[in-house]
Amino acid sequence: MTYLGGDYDVVVIGAGHAGSEAALATARLGCKTLLLTLNLDSVAMMPCNPSIGGTGKGHLVREIDALGGEMGKNIDATMIQSKMLNTGKGPAVHSLRAQADKKDYQFRMKEVIENQDNLLLKQQEATEILVENGEIIGVKVHTGAVYPCKAAIICSGTYLKGRIFIGEVQYDGGPNGLFPAMSLSDSLEENGIALQRFKTGTPARVDAKTLDYSKMVIQEGDAHIVPFSFETDRIDINQVPCYLTYTNLETHRIINENMERSPLYTGDVTGVGPRYCPSIETKVVRFKDKDRHQIFIEPEGLTTNEAYVQGMSSSLPEDVQIALYRTVPGMENVEFMRSAYAIEYDCIHPTRLKPSLESKDIKGLFFGGQINGTSGYEEAAAQGLIAGINAAQYLQREQPFIIDRSEAYIGVLIDDIITKGVDEPYRMMTSRSEYRLLLRQDNADLRLTPMGHEVGLISDERYEKFLAKKAAIENEMVRIAQVIVKPTNENNEILNSLNSSEIKHGVALSELIRRPEIKYLQTKNFDSDRPQLHWSVIEQVEVQLKYEGYIKKQLLQVEQFKKLENKYIPNGLDFSSIGGLRIEAIEKLQEIKPQSIGQASRISGVSPADLSVLLIALEQRRRKPENNKGENKND
Amino acid sequence: MEVLLLNEDTIAAVATGLGGAGIGIIRISGAKAIEIGNALFKNPKGKTLVDAASHQLLYGKMIDPITKKDIDEVLISKMKAPHSYTAEDIVEINCHGGIVPLRKILGLVIKAGARLAEPGEFTKRAFLNGRLDLAQAESVIDIINAKTEKSLEYSVAQLEGRLSQKLEELDSTLVGILAHMEVNIDYPEYDIEEISYEFIHNAVLKLIKTIEGLLLVAETGKIYREGITTAILGEPNVGKSSLLNTLLMENKAIVTEIPGTTRDTIEEYINIEGIPFKIIDTAGIRETDNVVEKIGVERSKKLLNQTNLVVFMRDVSKPISPGEQELLELLKNRKTIYIANKTDAIGNDDQDIEPPWIPMSLIKEQGIDLLKSKMVEMVYDGTVNQDADYLITNARHIHLLEETRESLENAIATMKTSMPIELVSIDIMNALESLRGITGKAVGIDIINQIFKNFCIGK
Repeated sequence: MTYLGGDYDVVVIGAGHAGSEAALATARLGCKTLLLTLNLDSVAMMPCNPSIGGTGKGHLVREIDALGGEMGKNIDATMIQSKMLNTGKGPAVHSLRAQADKKDYQFRMKEVIENQDNLLLKQQEATEILVENGEIIGVKVHTGAVYPCKAAIICSGTYLKGRIFIGEVQYDGGPNGLFPAMSLSDSLEENGIALQRFKTGTPARVDAKTLDYSKMVIQEGDAHIVPFSFETDRIDINQVPCYLTYTNLETHRIINENMERSPLYTGDVTGVGPRYCPSIETKVVRFKDKDRHQIFIEPEGLTTNEAYVQGMSSSLPEDVQIALYRTVPGMENVEFMRSAYAIEYDCIHPTRLKPSLESKDIKGLFFGGQINGTSGYEEAAAQGLIAGINAAQYLQREQPFIIDRSEAYIGVLIDDIITKGVDEPYRMMTSRSEYRLLLRQDNADLRLTPMGHEVGLISDERYEKFLAKKAAIENEMVRIAQVIVKPTNENNEILNSLNSSEIKHGVALSELIRRPEIKYLQTKNFDSDRPQLHWSVIEQVEVQLKYEGYIKKQLLQVEQFKKLENKYIPNGLDFSSIGGLRIEAIEKLQEIKPQSIGQASRISGVSPADLSVLLIALEQRRRKPENNKGENKND
Repeated sequence: MEVLLLNEDTIAAVATGLGGAGIGIIRISGAKAIEIGNALFKNPKGKTLVDAASHQLLYGKMIDPITKKDIDEVLISKMKAPHSYTAEDIVEINCHGGIVPLRKILGLVIKAGARLAEPGEFTKRAFLNGRLDLAQAESVIDIINAKTEKSLEYSVAQLEGRLSQKLEELDSTLVGILAHMEVNIDYPEYDIEEISYEFIHNAVLKLIKTIEGLLLVAETGKIYREGITTAILGEPNVGKSSLLNTLLMENKAIVTEIPGTTRDTIEEYINIEGIPFKIIDTAGIRETDNVVEKIGVERSKKLLNQTNLVVFMRDVSKPISPGEQELLELLKNRKTIYIANKTDAIGNDDQDIEPPWIPMSLIKEQGIDLLKSKMVEMVYDGTVNQDADYLITNARHIHLLEETRESLENAIATMKTSMPIELVSIDIMNALESLRGITGKAVGIDIINQIFKNFCIGK
């Protein structure tokens, strides 16, 4: 029995980190949106580690915030510890990470969603997508309701045909004890969307009162908390610590003795797992010479005893898990509250997506998050936001909103998965970016706020505030270039005390701040008329001065990069009709359908000679008079 | 991706064949062509290429802007865009000095900011800039395909053996360093040892040394192709001319006979076991100044500076003269083969001739094979592909190796100024990318694979 449940502009399937961002974005951009979730209690759930951010990922959160997404504000409001990673290295790789109160995080996001205009949140399982003439026309749910819509965004996480492995115990299930979604996969396949099987896993949650922290090393948060969001002024909380302990040879012995009971090694798990989230058994088998592995105990929240045991993800049977956990110092008497498990799930081939995250096969159908073969809350949220923005652009018949590799980690993420495909769950790392020095977490707002404003997710009020910050940075750069420090004994003494060399004649203050050993704040005595500036302004001044030469070099590289990105390949070009391309290149080009020569150049199997041939073929087409009408840029 | 896709940079190549023709043309195309040509050109009346009219020949000399030395007399011309073959600014340098100055000038042009053109690239630019019609496009594609494949073949041929092994070593060291740096950056909280600047510094210095070794080998390869400049020295009437004639007569593959840069010597090309030797015949000197004292030590010195190898000849039937003594003194630290000629004139006493002297009797045709094998042995010990394109491929490799070295030197400079590790990583990454330009392997994913292979990380 089916019935019409109501018309929507957009239906978002899944209310995890991707779906929440996607639905908020479409609703905020004026589209009537329905957000479907299997369980209202699992909105924005964190089924794995209780933290947001980290290397590369912290950058993504900052970028999501600058574009008008919710994740940054949500973690700022619900964090219980914060840490800036990599402070011993340069600013390009500083990375923010915060421990979240998981329940708090979920509740706040749910509240924001519930109170958003144009948005309805519903507990229903989407079972079918309805497609007509290659276009999405609706979504059907398990109760029989049909929601006609003009666009749909699938953010189904790890739920599609989810299967749980705890040693020999194996059953169909979603993450964290939730139900799987068993029907939607079939509907996708029936509509010509090919699926693949990926795998991931999570460690046990243990009862903190059964842990002996005195045998572990305490890991405190930072004294000064840097917020993720531009809109958060400051965060004053009592931080909760994490703890560090280690496995030992006894742990490894138990693992080795029970290896035949691990579904990863019996061949029961066929999905491809991520190399950066290896289970403890994988670590022990692959790195035999390591006699210990790090274990971090992370609290799951302020109102629960549940603690996350980072480094101990496993698909071994529960009895083995308990035995091996109890070999770890401080965990001798540990009691499990949830056991570790591996989960296998369906995901699509992201090479079937356009840069807008719209399907190449079905118009109006967008995908975001783990369904695209990625991993991580932040990666998911970033895609959800972009899919949401583009669904709105699509409905409003606007150009797709595309961020390139030189502009943001979000651009790197999307370009990587749609151009190269994924052969394991994709995790962001700073080393994936060619322009790491430009794509810093400290300048995400400077890079992306104008785009967020243009698209309509950044309010005028926030934009004004942003422009003021930008002006303050520029003014201060000009000002300190004009402040001349004289070679007086007094000044040289200060320089000596900073282990810096003396000056023999007058030097601009900006030149002194360029020196690696001198910090802006240490130069106050040279600078009597110094204005009061926000720390984030000072941070920019300092970074821009100290790394100017390197930044300029990368900007030149970006210029070259942009030239290739701007050489568009017309939509629907039949690559097999181009004489001179090698067969391998033709196959790859037909599959990926790159939108520019730049994107084509990143496809493995396309050689420089192929690109030359392609360039010539494009020029040939351009010169034919009948091709000259409106074909210089694609959709 | 390589910049060759962009038409913004300036390219250069030898436009005529490298078969040893007397006149060669170097063509430069692109926005910086005139600037580059101008910087290397000197006209006796002070005319510059910048001010010269388009499509007019200008006489002058090419000079090395650093040493200020003349390289060759040339006729130079510029063709302003769009009235040129490629529709870009083009400079053409006509020089007559044969392959050596041609290469030297090309080297200077590249140093001044041009990039060595890929096969078919002038034609490609001509097409992309609208100089060729559609019908010609297909043939351009063929050229690119054919030439790319061909040059790849050469690359592969060249990459076999020791060179490729060395490149592999360089590559894996760089990947190893990068993976370690990147794991420190992306996984700061795992108990993985932090790679130290001291370690990177030492490893990079070692890499630079290896690259310099390779460049030296490449230099040998270069000499090898152009011919090893060899001078036959000795007092008058010791038999130098006869030796040269004997070598020439045996050698049917005389490549060319052109006046050298010094007008009073003759250059002859001979080929021994596939190795070209450019023999500077000092016969000219002897004929103009019949007395060896007049040639003078100064003159000999000058001549010696232009040679890779010296064959010194004396007449064993006569005692060593003061002039010969002086010359022998000059030759002490050079690659020299010593010939004791006219053993026929001393009967059985040739038993007394000891190494390094090679006994020879041109009349009896003795000792010539020994000389030839000595010549080959002293230069190199193998055979090399003699196709003209070999030179181009090789020059590209040299260029990329030099770029690799430069990036590594930048890495050291970055570390010296206490810049953070992610900046050093940029330099190391650039080095790897240049190195990979030789083999064409992509970089990105390798580093990440290496990280997961070498380090135990992950939650």
